Amino acid sequence: MTSTNEATLAELMIVACGEAWRGNGEVLASGIGIVPRLGASLAKLTHTPELLMTDSESLLVEEPIPLGPRGEFLPKYSGTMTFSRVFDCVWGGRRHVMIGPSQIDRWGQTNLSSIGDYARPKTAILGVRGLPGNSINHANSLFVPTHGPRVFVAGEVDMVSGVGYNPARWTLGMKRDFVDLRLIVTDMCVMDFGGPEHAVRVVSLHPGIAFEQVQSATGFPLLALSKIPTTPLPTPDQLTIIRRLDPHGLRAGVLKGNPPALRRAA
Amino acid sequence: MNKELTASQAIAHIEPGMTIGIGGWGPRRKPMALIRELLRSSVKDLTVVSYGGPDVGMLCAAGKVRKLVYGFVTLDAIPLEPHFRKARESGAFEVLELDEGMFQWGLRAAAMRMSFLPTRCGLASDVLARNPSIKTITSPYDDGEVYLAMPALNLDVALLHVHEADRLGNTLVRAADPMFDDLFARAAARCYVSAESLVERLALDEQQARLNLYERSLVSGVVHAPFGAHPTYNGSDYGWDSEHLKRYVASASDTDGWQAYMSEFISIGETAYIERVGGPRRISALPRPIF
Repeated sequence: MTSTNEATLAELMIVACGEAWRGNGEVLASGIGIVPRLGASLAKLTHTPELLMTDSESLLVEEPIPLGPRGEFLPKYSGTMTFSRVFDCVWGGRRHVMIGPSQIDRWGQTNLSSIGDYARPKTAILGVRGLPGNSINHANSLFVPTHGPRVFVAGEVDMVSGVGYNPARWTLGMKRDFVDLRLIVTDMCVMDFGGPEHAVRVVSLHPGIAFEQVQSATGFPLLALSKIPTTPLPTPDQLTIIRRLDPHGLRAGVLKGNPPALRRAA
Repeated sequence: MNKELTASQAIAHIEPGMTIGIGGWGPRRKPMALIRELLRSSVKDLTVVSYGGPDVGMLCAAGKVRKLVYGFVTLDAIPLEPHFRKARESGAFEVLELDEGMFQWGLRAAAMRMSFLPTRCGLASDVLARNPSIKTITSPYDDGEVYLAMPALNLDVALLHVHEADRLGNTLVRAADPMFDDLFARAAARCYVSAESLVERLALDEQQARLNLYERSLVSGVVHAPFGAHPTYNGSDYGWDSEHLKRYVASASDTDGWQAYMSEFISIGETAYIERVGGPRRISALPRPIF
């Protein structure tokens, strides 16, 4: 018997990530990384079965693929989604991706390229990857396993890889209409861009977290709903699905110490 | 007509200062036998155009890169490529960092003999702001929209890896994802392809013929290189070699680590390399990665 009181914070975040895709319809749901991918898979298996999904390599599946070694599970493919076709899909706008960038700023701009001086960076990360194209073409959500001022920076991110709502970056004639930033799911809360001029807003707090804690872990001012709800715990049904999708328990390694969802309230 | 070359004959066409494009993606189907031959050569000052994996890392470690055109460099399971990072952080090369889709557009422009292709990708980002060489263009139609004009990525040489080739230059890729190898072939003045197996003349049925990605008229030379993508993933034949990639990654943290890697694995030649990394039996058995 599974009690939701035993759910981990990672599991709560999986459910919260899944909400990003609720009601999205037939878009390609790309959850990059363990928690976003489990969130997308959970969304498809519960509230939004219309979502398109891949095997995280190059083929489309209608049944989300469990993480890690597959044992008896044999994927059934419904089509192909090669890199070239992903780009076609990006430019047509029928995609919603969730990624975990290294930096995020108040305008929703993200950085996956480098930290520090661009010519001789303190840290070279991956490169901008598909962030410029993703962010200007279709829905994007963000995942942050460690909510802190190193991620949520005070000024602009060091290298704007994914674009956002910073008016200074947009000059006359550039089409901003397709920029569509949805949720930010962190280990403290869920935020969106629903404030005036797309200001970042806390829309739910994880159990035991206060708004002030989130604000002090964020490099820019946050807005809040007048009464901020608590992020719901996973239901027993959701936990059963999550365990089936992650039979090797990879989600336990995402957050330091794999804390319980109710850790701070206890 | 016989386009068969040895790896060193193919690499001899690469001269200092040239722009070379490398097919594959990250640690997937990289023409590593050709890269190893390039590492053995004295050629330097290259502009390297790649969806980067260990190909880029090794060329950085060997000091052969004057300019890097890339959207990322990664080993996937090991997200951060250590030799690339080291070189990037020390400002060792000039940078043209692009969105993955802009990169494709640049190759496509070159393939179509255009000077640029318009796109929204890159607008409002630092890809545009930090690359003064990239311009915008206004639509001549009523919409008046401003696009990024992605300049053509013209290549002097493209290096690619396939499963099968014939001596005429016909090639075949059995992987589920062809990636962008066809555009590399079209964007290049000369294209050299390494192949797991090389036959006199491909004789395919309709289904197999669909696995041919680009015409032989684009192929200047074919090189027989069994296991030529090792240590990268050559879907559907063999997976990437995690153990070897870890050994390679470790070479970035030791003093003289790269020199040691070079003498242990590269300088010894391709035949000895295959044996040193475990031989055909071990490579054939490398499991496909699970994503």
